[in-house]
Amino acid sequence: MDASIRLTVDGTEHVLDVDTRTTLLDALRERLGVTSAKKGCDHGQCGSCTVLLDGRRHLTCLALAVAYDGSEVVTASGLADGEDLHPVQQAFLDHDGYQCGYCTPGQVCSVVGMLDEVKQGHASHVTEDLEAEPDLTDDEIRERLSGNLCRCGAYRGILAATRQAATS
Amino acid sequence: MTADPVQHTPTPIRVRSVGTRLERVDGLEKVTGRAGYAVEHGADDGFDGALVAWLVTSTVARGRVTSVDTAAAAAHDGVVAVLDHTSAPRLADTDDGELAILQDPQVHFRGQVVALVLAETAESAREAASLVEVSYDVEEHEAELTEEAATYRPDSVNPAFDTDSDTGDVDAALAEAAVVVDEEYRTPHEHNNPMEPHATTAVWRSDGDGEVLDLVDSTQAVHGVASTLAPMLGLEQDQVRVRAPYVGGGFGSKGQPHAHVVAAALAARHVSPRPVRLAVTRQQMFALTGYRTATISRMRLGADADGRLTAIEHRVFEQSSKVKEFAEQTAVPTRMLYAAPNRRTSHRLAMLDVAVPSWMRAPGEMPGVFAHEVAMDELAQACGLDPVELRLRNEPDVDPETGNPWNNRRLPECLHRGAERFGWAGRPAEARATLEGDWWVGTGMAAATYPAYRQGGNAARVTALDGGRYAVAIGAVDIGTGARTVLTQIAADALEVGTDAVDLEVGDTRLPSASVAGGSSGTASWGSTIVAAAQAFRERHGDDPGAGAEVLAEAADDPLGTDVAFHSFGAVFAEARVHRRTGEVRVPRLFGVYSVGRVVNPVTAHSQLVGGLVMGLSAALFEESWRDARFGHVVTQDLASYHVAAHADVRDVDAEWLEESDDAFSPMGARGIGEIGIVGTAAAVVNAAHHATGVRVRSLPVTADHFLGGR
Repeated sequence: MDASIRLTVDGTEHVLDVDTRTTLLDALRERLGVTSAKKGCDHGQCGSCTVLLDGRRHLTCLALAVAYDGSEVVTASGLADGEDLHPVQQAFLDHDGYQCGYCTPGQVCSVVGMLDEVKQGHASHVTEDLEAEPDLTDDEIRERLSGNLCRCGAYRGILAATRQAATS
Repeated sequence: MTADPVQHTPTPIRVRSVGTRLERVDGLEKVTGRAGYAVEHGADDGFDGALVAWLVTSTVARGRVTSVDTAAAAAHDGVVAVLDHTSAPRLADTDDGELAILQDPQVHFRGQVVALVLAETAESAREAASLVEVSYDVEEHEAELTEEAATYRPDSVNPAFDTDSDTGDVDAALAEAAVVVDEEYRTPHEHNNPMEPHATTAVWRSDGDGEVLDLVDSTQAVHGVASTLAPMLGLEQDQVRVRAPYVGGGFGSKGQPHAHVVAAALAARHVSPRPVRLAVTRQQMFALTGYRTATISRMRLGADADGRLTAIEHRVFEQSSKVKEFAEQTAVPTRMLYAAPNRRTSHRLAMLDVAVPSWMRAPGEMPGVFAHEVAMDELAQACGLDPVELRLRNEPDVDPETGNPWNNRRLPECLHRGAERFGWAGRPAEARATLEGDWWVGTGMAAATYPAYRQGGNAARVTALDGGRYAVAIGAVDIGTGARTVLTQIAADALEVGTDAVDLEVGDTRLPSASVAGGSSGTASWGSTIVAAAQAFRERHGDDPGAGAEVLAEAADDPLGTDVAFHSFGAVFAEARVHRRTGEVRVPRLFGVYSVGRVVNPVTAHSQLVGGLVMGLSAALFEESWRDARFGHVVTQDLASYHVAAHADVRDVDAEWLEESDDAFSPMGARGIGEIGIVGTAAAVVNAAHHATGVRVRSLPVTADHFLGGR
């Protein structure tokens, strides 16, 4: 069964017909040709498909497109203005926070979304004081980014990049 | 490429960019996600209107397909075709049992490709694949690796090492030894799990010259895919074009084509001229894309009271698949790591009805050095020696296996420097000596080694462009290693121009032939060839060539043809903390020092070495593919049950290298760095966990239950 939905992706509005089985990830990749969001597991286990969905980081492989009619999606591609990079992306370059690049767009979106969560005072599993403003320690960063796997093992660079982006 | 390549012996280059930091040249594409991986190519690349292929895999471990009922699948909305062994296009060559899929009804392992669905959308293809009804005549299968079952002696072990070795009299030496370690060490099945699942876009095109199979593949070797597939499909190699512009990791699993590439080629032939996209699912990867066999190592070390080894014996039992042999060279590093007059190694395989094992980062070295280096820790303990001192006492003057002189064996310097930087001195001699809060704390170390390889079969082309620029072309693949970046640096220095004057092209069989991104051989193999081409270019065309001047060249030198032993070395140090009540293991510090020749780019090299350490840490603590022998498949077949290190698992991990240049090995002075970081790492963690707790773990991964007295 098909359904018509409206999505704004990286600033461009699309009206598209999707199969009601279509995930948001497949709607982006297969229908719209937006391949910045990657498919690493299709089961919500790796984080490669992370985008900013209505401003929050979200796994698109676990979202059915039909449920997000009218939503706004920003991928890593849309975070940059052409070659003008988002500070988080520049920080990834500065600290070599990637190797093969496949998990990277998801990592970048996850960092952007995570920094906003911290700004809003969200606690994490390792936050000691749930009442206070969260202090973005290395442990907090590692914990909050553990939904994004990197098999190349670039976590050290991702941590340094996140620190830089958080303080700039 | 019309002319035959020039044979040129490269000479050491004057380094300017090489050895300095250069940000990855493909960074912008990667951090924005605009880099196009294997199934991310559409109309712009000639793959308009691609169908989606979905694999149907066997649910039995051994038997014959008796029928494939495709009616429900074929009737599903959007389905274009369903192929099985009766309807798929025929292959011209079916010798490779792993690759010759859909040609006969035999089932060799659970998870084998038995049918595939082609549909207009992924949703249709996937659902229709679940509607294909396959019936089997089930036969008894064997899928359990045991020492007793491992009786088959392969002719050689990967890639071409002797299966066994025997020097001196090991049994006599052990009988006389003052100290003996006699233990068994085990490593589990492990899966490479690159973040990009194996995937291929395929189309058959007809042009004036006849048929061409055009592939974009997630591979470590574009020419390797073409040379493997062409004869199977009855084509000349130049009728198979393979591109791999971006590859989302491989770690060996994309070093050789696996069955899905053949499936994509057959599917695309069936629906020609429509293109086909085929992405292996994460679950299917556990059966179809290679893995590291489990290993059982029987180690016997004999030493005098001062810890000087008199005997080393390493007998390995591991598995392969009946349908295709792969013999991991687990005991090969044991032949050269330490001196001992009496040495014996062997490899025996259990040939089972299981998926085909293959390369995974440092095949042989990773499990073999794990066993040897935990045994060495046990020997140090038995001798009352510091583990670093034990290694220093057993340094061989020459390669024990061949008697050849070492080119540059700097293991002692790695050990000294690593010990100093890690803060090794002053650790308690006794295990289970430090309790901090609820955590037992300890430190451990291990040596690392990896052979230096340079592969044949490479050529590079240098072409002068307008404005003092140069095009440099070689069919190498950057799978995340940084090859694009370091080859740009090497080309720039060899041509004596800036890196911004070099347009490097890689990842396409239309470019000059290149060897696999594997065996830590890429930089040395491709780089030496680029240097040869650049130097031949300058000889022929001078410093001010006209646009269009061109040279295609091969490197004529062969360091591995000399009587010199070329290896890299390293020393890994780890701190482990084990919770005294739960047994939870954490590794707050991991540090490696390496001797790898000249580092071409400190940015990408550091990431490679740290990445290897992280994968070693992951193997130490988490990774285990659990095969249920009753059914023959791996049950931990996703990233929720096959655990790899996540961000929070990775604490302070760092790597350094010795400043050096190995000019005898390559004109850049570089060896290779892709694999050595994983070698020895799990042993260092196990040894640290022993120092923390007094509990000796001899099997990976080092899970909490080892420390709770239940095993």
